[in-house]
Amino acid sequence: MTTYLIRRVLWIIPVMLLVALITFTLMHQAPGGPWDRDLNRRQVDASTQEMLNRQFGLDKPLFFNFEGEHILDSQFFNYIGNAVQGDLGPSYRQRGRMVQDVLFEPPKNKPIWDSKFGYSMRLGLLALTMAAIFGIPLGILAALKRNTIFDYSALFISTIGISVPSFVLAIFLIIVLAGQLGILKIIQRDWSNPAAWLVPATVLGFGTFAYITRLTRSSMLEVMGQDYIRTARAKGLGGRVIITRHMLRNALIPVMTIMGPALAGLVTGSFIIESMFGFPGSGREYVLAISNRDYSMIMGTTLIYALLIVLANLTVDIMYGFLDPRIKVN
Amino acid sequence: MAVDQAQTNVAFKGAQSADLLARKPQTYLGMALASLRRDRLTLAAFGFVLLIGLLALGAGVITSAIGVNPTQTNPANQFQQPYLWPYIQWMLGFDPVTAPTMLYKSGGVPHWLGTDQLGRDQLARLLYGARVSLSIALVAAALSMVLGVAVGAVAGYFGGRVDDIVMWFITTMTTIPEIYLLIIVSSIFRPTPLTLTLFLGFLGWFGTARFMRGNVFKVRTLEYTTAARALGASNFRIMLRHVIPNSLPIIVVITAVDVGALILVESVLSFLGLGVQPPTPTWGNMLNRANDFVFLRDPVTREFMGLHLLFWPGLLITLTVLSFYLIGDGLRDALDPMLKNRK
Repeated sequence: MTTYLIRRVLWIIPVMLLVALITFTLMHQAPGGPWDRDLNRRQVDASTQEMLNRQFGLDKPLFFNFEGEHILDSQFFNYIGNAVQGDLGPSYRQRGRMVQDVLFEPPKNKPIWDSKFGYSMRLGLLALTMAAIFGIPLGILAALKRNTIFDYSALFISTIGISVPSFVLAIFLIIVLAGQLGILKIIQRDWSNPAAWLVPATVLGFGTFAYITRLTRSSMLEVMGQDYIRTARAKGLGGRVIITRHMLRNALIPVMTIMGPALAGLVTGSFIIESMFGFPGSGREYVLAISNRDYSMIMGTTLIYALLIVLANLTVDIMYGFLDPRIKVN
Repeated sequence: MAVDQAQTNVAFKGAQSADLLARKPQTYLGMALASLRRDRLTLAAFGFVLLIGLLALGAGVITSAIGVNPTQTNPANQFQQPYLWPYIQWMLGFDPVTAPTMLYKSGGVPHWLGTDQLGRDQLARLLYGARVSLSIALVAAALSMVLGVAVGAVAGYFGGRVDDIVMWFITTMTTIPEIYLLIIVSSIFRPTPLTLTLFLGFLGWFGTARFMRGNVFKVRTLEYTTAARALGASNFRIMLRHVIPNSLPIIVVITAVDVGALILVESVLSFLGLGVQPPTPTWGNMLNRANDFVFLRDPVTREFMGLHLLFWPGLLITLTVLSFYLIGDGLRDALDPMLKNRK
């Protein structure tokens, strides 16, 4: 188990290197340099550009430095070196701010979870919690009442959940709740009120809710067909004991293990919802970075999100080892 | 008495096996089709996709018959509401005013599903958009299927070093959410329908490849593969004749679901303004001003006047994606003989 864990953790290194290499190469296909695309400000003259380039190391070769003192003294490897130390470089658009500060630095005198990333994380957690609270019971009931009208409606709702585009759902909720019923403000500015979070979290978590429902249902059905359930029934155990102690304990293992990746998916996938609701999270920052062509910001955010997903996938493997002793990892 | 019983038993068994002999042999395809024919939901989904496909193909004929054009702008007739409902009321004699007024405003042309912010006919744009959206999704899904099957088969068949490298690459690529790669790529190269299809195809094959690899590992150890090898079949022949046909059913299912997912991805990219650029209509870019609520509302009366511009593309995307998921589900049930025995 320990060697397996170490191997899995070390595996992160080549994966992240390739992610960085791909995004870095793509970024440098973009036309123009970082200093000449800011249309809102005065154009930087040539000597200042040269100075800025030297200051940020952009005068160095992209991958391998054959002329310099060290072959790895290049833009890519310097970026990697800095990134490992938590330095994702300066934002090309938000002058004077570093990428990591934009993402992780909270406003003055606020706790860390009031940073952009903290906001996205909390929204993702809320969405996941709601998805699980509604999805797991629905999936269990659907499996217990298999092939009834209840089961079919649960399946139908969860199929709709994966096929309706989240932004269409969001717009309709906004129009109904804000426009027709007047419960919600169309453009929310104050996110300190927890009720304001409910609508974006609902829209964000709807797809996950659908997924959790289906997963719970199919996992329950599989467990219900097992021999040990028949044994338990033959022993004369009551229905409730069988359901809670024999079925749920086994059926919920796959559901529990996808929670990590689901959270990662929600946090990284929230950019559309965030920018529609004007939610001050890192996803909205990402969409802004795209429209501003802030390449260092795009690259930094992509790396952070990729790391988040890698770590989430790692938790699956670890959790399986703990939750299900039948699985021997080798 | 006991003898009697035994005799009837024998007779019964004889009749049964005679029945079995008389029955026409069932082929795999025949069984799959028979089970599909019983599956009404999947048939309905098939029908819907077919209908949309035919409408998209006939877009030119339909629009010229009505007298509308997907790119014809009319500044005097922005945000016209759908003509359909007033027309019905007019014909039933409830409201003799609204429909003729609308017709007068649009210059005698009925805009059955209303017009957009430039006065373009929405029905025409939806039909032409269906062409673009569907062909992007279908071609991209086919491309990623071919790539995925090829790469997965090679990795699984040869194993060892080749497999390690391919799996490293696939694991890494699936670590970056596909949508992020697409966003990066299409914010750098503004896509046309063709390049967008290529991006989607080349970034979408990882899941298929991973599945294919797993299946190859399974098939490779089966006896008939060993038998084929003992008979002197080459690697290439085994792959083509045994490994790929054995994985085909599930590949078809994955691809059907993929088409739906790709329609969604296209709409998300277009929503961000990174998909196919206007004036070419796609279902996605018809929605791309949808979160602009100022745009959707009348500045004076604060009424929502662009709801039909959200509703129809949104509904079509949802129904089409739903249909492809249902088709995928139905095909899975129909094509998997193992599953049928368990039921």
